[in-house]
Amino acid sequence: MKKLLQIAGGALLVYIVIVMGIAVIPAIDLSKTPPGPGVKPLTALQAEGSAVYAANGCAYCHTQQVRPLAEDKVFGRPSAPGDFAYQTPELLGSERTGPDLSTIGSSKPSDVWQYIHLFDPRAVVPESVMPNFKFLFHVVTTVPPGETAVPVPAAFAPKQGEVIPTRQAKALVAYLLSLKQTPMPGYAMNGGMGGMTSAAPAAAPAPTAAASGGYSYDAAKGQSLFMANCSACHQATGEGIPGAFPPLKGNAAVDADNPTLHIHTVLQGAHGVTIGGVAYSSVMPPFADQLSDADIANIVNYERSSWGNHAKPATAADVAAVRAKGP
Amino acid sequence: MQATVTAQHSAVSAEDDRALAAVFSAYTVSATCWLLFATAVGLLLAFKFGAPDFWAAKYLTFGRLRPIHTNDTFYGWASIGLVGLAYYVAARSSGTKLYSIKLAWIGLALFNLAAVAGTIALELGYNWGDLEYREWPWPIRLVFLAALLVTGWNLIGTVARRTTEDIYLSNWYTVCGVLWTCVIAIVATLPWYQHGLGQVAISGFYMHNAVGMWFTPLALGVFYYAIPKILSRPIYSYALGVFAFWTNLLFYPLLGGHHFLFSPLPWWLQTTAIVFSVAMLVPVWGGSANYLLTMRGRYRDMTHSYPLMFIFVAVIGYLFGSTQGTVEAFRSMQAIWHLTNFTVGHSHLTMYGFVTFAVWGGIYALLPLATHKSPGRLGIALHFWMALVGSFIYVIALSIGGTIQGLDWLHQRPFIQSVTDMAPYWVWRGAGGLLMFLSHIVFAWNVWRMTSGQTGNAGSPILARTEGAAA
Ligand code: HEC
Ligand code: HEC
Ligand code: HEM
Ligand code: HEM
Repeated sequence: MKKLLQIAGGALLVYIVIVMGIAVIPAIDLSKTPPGPGVKPLTALQAEGSAVYAANGCAYCHTQQVRPLAEDKVFGRPSAPGDFAYQTPELLGSERTGPDLSTIGSSKPSDVWQYIHLFDPRAVVPESVMPNFKFLFHVVTTVPPGETAVPVPAAFAPKQGEVIPTRQAKALVAYLLSLKQTPMPGYAMNGGMGGMTSAAPAAAPAPTAAASGGYSYDAAKGQSLFMANCSACHQATGEGIPGAFPPLKGNAAVDADNPTLHIHTVLQGAHGVTIGGVAYSSVMPPFADQLSDADIANIVNYERSSWGNHAKPATAADVAAVRAKGP
Repeated sequence: MQATVTAQHSAVSAEDDRALAAVFSAYTVSATCWLLFATAVGLLLAFKFGAPDFWAAKYLTFGRLRPIHTNDTFYGWASIGLVGLAYYVAARSSGTKLYSIKLAWIGLALFNLAAVAGTIALELGYNWGDLEYREWPWPIRLVFLAALLVTGWNLIGTVARRTTEDIYLSNWYTVCGVLWTCVIAIVATLPWYQHGLGQVAISGFYMHNAVGMWFTPLALGVFYYAIPKILSRPIYSYALGVFAFWTNLLFYPLLGGHHFLFSPLPWWLQTTAIVFSVAMLVPVWGGSANYLLTMRGRYRDMTHSYPLMFIFVAVIGYLFGSTQGTVEAFRSMQAIWHLTNFTVGHSHLTMYGFVTFAVWGGIYALLPLATHKSPGRLGIALHFWMALVGSFIYVIALSIGGTIQGLDWLHQRPFIQSVTDMAPYWVWRGAGGLLMFLSHIVFAWNVWRMTSGQTGNAGSPILARTEGAAA
């Protein structure tokens, strides 16, 4: 018995000491991390949405942690300890089958987009492998007062009736739209690995002159940036989604020789504009903070020269000039 | 003298033997049911990557089934299977009967109660924050803890009654594994230090302590008993086994932070985790060398003994999977592999290639000794090759695919490209997964034959000592 006590008791004791030191005591300390500047607790509705998120396992495919690596820059600034002060249970996640959602409230601020995407992800992103969450929606024959139908593209909409979100869907979208990072001046690439990826985009081809009308810009880069930032709403075909996201194909602002409105929209976003006689109620996010002048020039030129558009190209200097004028 | 696996069990009556065999059989049957269920769910999950709209209704949505797959493979299949083996090994290596047959049955009921309740809770959406492997609501995790306490008590009671002077090494691993896991379960459940980032620290701790201080020691306990038993020769070095035990204890608990590299967790916690991920090479290589050296010179015998083949694969799975883990833990490698499907490949190389194969090897080697019934040789062979080829395809596909995924991110391509690039590898994973699942059906048939069927045609799992080999 004595020997058993020595081995089992000893091993148990050693383990408890290690666990205290590596887990419990640091956790006590970390639990007291104060919220970062501007980080607020969730509202009741958002908290309900966070529970819907966990119940349906969104965190198995989506992270909410931005690493101090160049490759994570698309998702925002590196996460700071203070960002998580009110996030219990934590939803950092361990796999990115889908993109990080730390700043989804800024990058896809349109509730209409979120509803369409949840109802059927392939309606907006054809290659998506995210499951549909149709069970978070009702299909009704007449939209009750106070509700708004989700403008699901015809090919993906139910044959009959209108789609309206359930309370759970509303809570979930309220939660998703609350996911934003508060600005933290000077808090950028600080990890040791920040420089590691600097050589990465070496594969980008040299600027090519697009066939139509002497465009000189990095066409591959422009397309890639468009696919990464814009196509989820405006679609790869540039045709948008009727009633939700305007077409850029043949769009008056895009196909105009003066690029100012086009550039301004991309820099500052837009809301409530009437385009081609249709009033759009959803929101176009601003990109001024995420994209450089050169990147924006590449994107707008891609749009200005694609899908039959033939507008005069813009330069990075044009973008800088519009940026300087402010919102 | 050191205890050996061939300890006398004169103190044990035929009736005690039958009771032990009944307990061992019941744990095995129960675990097998969970394996079938949980991997049917796994196969469905794999299918959903190619057909995301397939069965997307509320109770069949990916995000509810995934934790059911992981928790039921962990706590239904692997845990129950390993505890059944631990009881048999404890009683036999201590030359005594089980301390309490009744407690063993109560433990089995509690394990199953927890797994059933946990599955229902996750189906209904009661998921504790998607915190991996501890998603069950806390009252259910307390039921699991109760099962552990019962098991620990029973194992200690059994070993305390041993007729040998020494405590056989297997029992060090299993008894302590159960005790450590009680600590893990308590630490993971208490709420006071689990706010925001504090909870992240516990999640990291939990994920690798659950695998490293629960499944690993119990599976290693099976190795230390089954390999010498099959080969009728003692373990190569008892001292090396003891050394691996203590280094495992000192190093493993410290590496949990490697699940959150580059997260806002304190940098020192992350660096400690990396350092000890490297230090783990010591117990892993030491332990693996011990098993392989015990088998040295007898590899040709494997063709006569499928149980030994299973265990050989499990040892290699332990060695490769853990070494892969060490490589994966470096910051430079994490920059590519973290958050990709490569990790899922690692999870299956270890939990499948190591733990699951170890359970199978243990069951095929020891259950026929308990019940005096054997499966057919064809059945074991079919199981072995389908599971081996299937898991090979599974792991290779995700390792290649995960690397491509990571490189896509590194090259800052549009995110969706990493999704489309994975498509063929997900198909291969599904093909491997199908083979794996089919092998589980064959396994279930074999278990039926070892417990309820007629005596089969497979030879005894125990190989006779060959001339001079055991010197
Ligand atoms: C099987 C994995 C999977 C699950 C589960 C999943 N998603 Fe996704 N999600 C994806 C993939 C892949 C994408 C990228 C393609 C796309 O936009 O649809 C994505 C994209 C998204 C986006 C758009 C991100 C962006 O930056 O454009 C949001 C928002 C989102 N998911 C929310 C959710 C929510 C909320 C849930 C849970 C109800 C969820 N997802 C469950 C895989 C998943
Ligand atoms: C979350 C969805 C969304 C994303 C992402 C998005 N847009 Fe928009 N965009 C809109 C909406 C909605 C409008 C209509 C604005 C309004 O009336 O509110 C719009 C309008 C525009 C317009 C103005 C058209 C006009 O006639 O005034 C341009 C140009 C444009 N978007 C370009 C882009 C570019 C370039 C990107 C990528 C960098 C992008 N959009 C990303 C939703 C989006
Ligand atoms: C037929 C056999 C199996 C198939 C087809 C299968 C399939 C899957 C799938 C599709 C996932 C989800 C991956 C993702 O979200 O990207 C998964 C996750 C997982 N499975 Fe399996 N599985 C099988 C057997 C097992 C077994 C037997 C175990 C354990 C003993 C296991 C342990 C796990 C773990 C731990 C994860 C989580 C991985 C992670 O987060 O890194 N699986 N499995
Ligand atoms: C020395 C040994 C080991 C080391 C250093 C190691 C290292 C790692 C690392 C770094 C990760 C995180 C990967 C990522 O998120 O990018 C990981 C995940 C994982 N490991 Fe290991 N590993 C080891 C052994 C094992 C063993 C033996 C098992 C199983 C018994 C195992 C099971 C898992 C599982 C299930 C995960 C997935 C966790 C999740 O994200 O859900 N590992 N391992």
